[in-house]
Amino acid sequence: MSEVVVPTPATGRTSRFVVLTIGLMLALIVTVVVSLGTGQYPLSPAEVVGVLLRAFGIDTGWAPDAATADGVVLGIRLPRIVLGLLVGAALAVSGVLMQAIFGNPLADAGVVGVSSGAALGAAASLTFGIAAFGMWTTPAWAFVGGLAAVMTVYLVSRSGGRTEVVTLLLTGIAVNAIAGAGLAFMTFLGTTSTREQIVFWQLGSLNGALWQNIVIVFPLVMVGTIIAFAVSRRLDLFALGERTARHLGVRVELLRVVVIITVALLVCAAVAFAGIIGFVGLVVPHLMRMAIGPAHLPLMVTSVLGGALLIAVADLVARTAVPMADLPIGMLTALVGGPFFLWLLVRTRRRSGGWG
Amino acid sequence: MTPRLEAFGVTVVPDGARHPILSEASLQVFAGEVHALVGPNGAGKSTLFGVIAGDTAATAGEVRLDGRSLGGIRPLDLARERAVLLQQNAVSFPFTVSQIVEMGRTPWARTPQEDEDAEAVASAMAATDIQVLAARTIPSLSGGERARAALARVLAQRTDILLLDEPTAALDLRHQEDVLAIARRRAAEGAAVAIVLHDLNAALSSADRVTLLSGGRVVASGVPADVLTAAAIEEVYGQAVDVFPHPVTGVPLVVPRR
Repeated sequence: MSEVVVPTPATGRTSRFVVLTIGLMLALIVTVVVSLGTGQYPLSPAEVVGVLLRAFGIDTGWAPDAATADGVVLGIRLPRIVLGLLVGAALAVSGVLMQAIFGNPLADAGVVGVSSGAALGAAASLTFGIAAFGMWTTPAWAFVGGLAAVMTVYLVSRSGGRTEVVTLLLTGIAVNAIAGAGLAFMTFLGTTSTREQIVFWQLGSLNGALWQNIVIVFPLVMVGTIIAFAVSRRLDLFALGERTARHLGVRVELLRVVVIITVALLVCAAVAFAGIIGFVGLVVPHLMRMAIGPAHLPLMVTSVLGGALLIAVADLVARTAVPMADLPIGMLTALVGGPFFLWLLVRTRRRSGGWG
Repeated sequence: MTPRLEAFGVTVVPDGARHPILSEASLQVFAGEVHALVGPNGAGKSTLFGVIAGDTAATAGEVRLDGRSLGGIRPLDLARERAVLLQQNAVSFPFTVSQIVEMGRTPWARTPQEDEDAEAVASAMAATDIQVLAARTIPSLSGGERARAALARVLAQRTDILLLDEPTAALDLRHQEDVLAIARRRAAEGAAVAIVLHDLNAALSSADRVTLLSGGRVVASGVPADVLTAAAIEEVYGQAVDVFPHPVTGVPLVVPRR
């Protein structure tokens, strides 16, 4: 070919990605520090930083002398916030993954019923008093429930490598209904304490997070996120349709199975100790895609940060909006996510001229 | 000369169907040639195309690429040997045109050919006349522009086997001619090009070899002027035609008798 070769112009998306990533990181740090200092025992940001540094053996003199400060920050508030960050990142990444394999930007763990499936699995382990894997029992059952749900949605709703909006949402309604019935049955069977636990799952809450929970959630989220990063370039090719992805060298069947298992892994990690926190996987990837475009690797990076930030902010609001009360965080994310979802539906309908 | 891509007696019976939609079809695509697949709607062109692209499993028969069975080649190795353009080129998310074309380079990631990435993308976009669209997103394009972006992606893959399913269908006259010229040029550079066409005149003027299908069978295969005779076209399409030489080039022209 004899044409003069001109390099393709840069689109400015790379620089926007850098700015967004740095912005999200800063916002995340500020939110975490403010959140650690907020509550019945208030601390200034300097005192919070002092306590954190002292925990790493760096003495700055900023930290208050009272041992209470250490207990409140490190023993109560920090595990709760860390769990929130992990759950937010897990949900956002699971959203990106599901949207990629469904070829549909409306897929989300809550909307299509994967979270409900995981909650049902967790509730079943509790109601029937199964403790086969020690402290891993609840996450293991949540994994089984989530995997069953995501497999069902996947097998029922896809045709020809794509999923129509209507089919996806209707399948989600059905899966949510089945899981809801199961949860109701567990509530009926359970004792007072397991009932409370099931209600807690349905609302979603970070209350009562312990470091022991994080020991379990952290590796699950890490593994899931690393897999998600590793397959992100192949997910770009998925956007061209399955046949074309295969023509470009992607082992489509294998990738599909890996992504589905990863989604179940991330959702079970999120649901096992925090319950159903909806719409994070829908809202965060969407906003990031609007800002930096659909390429999956930068989308994963910013969604990890954005998901963590969203939950950190929501949790701060949940703890402080009503004095002396702890609102369920799932209620808050649904309050923001529900209208956002409606707006997306309206926009999708207007763009495609119908339900497509 | 051995063919680069070869189908032997391929029969396809869809799941649950009694009758094959493709019977005993054979095809040989040679390096340096444009090979057109033509035939009326439902003749089995797309099925045969799907089989040689590796998408559709043959119930009987075999497809070989350079003598190796197609099913035994890893998808990634296959992607470095042949590129495929389908009729449907919908994109799920608003990727830009340049991102789509860059996806054609994915099979070459972490190989020495990776150094050619920028140049391959730029020349593919130049050949398909889409440089000005580089920063546009796919949903903002017209059907013809999307088809050209998809073709650019296929060209950027830089393989010496090209499989193109009706690449001219959505295009205006000039871009149709551009695509046929690209196919000819790639063949002149040594590529084996298989191309599904509806336009018999395009097949007559651009192909080195034509395979005519009808009712799931190969009716004839050979030099275009020998295969696409008035009698054969009338027989297969059920439409009377006149075939006469172009006054300047002498290439046969097909005109329906009205």
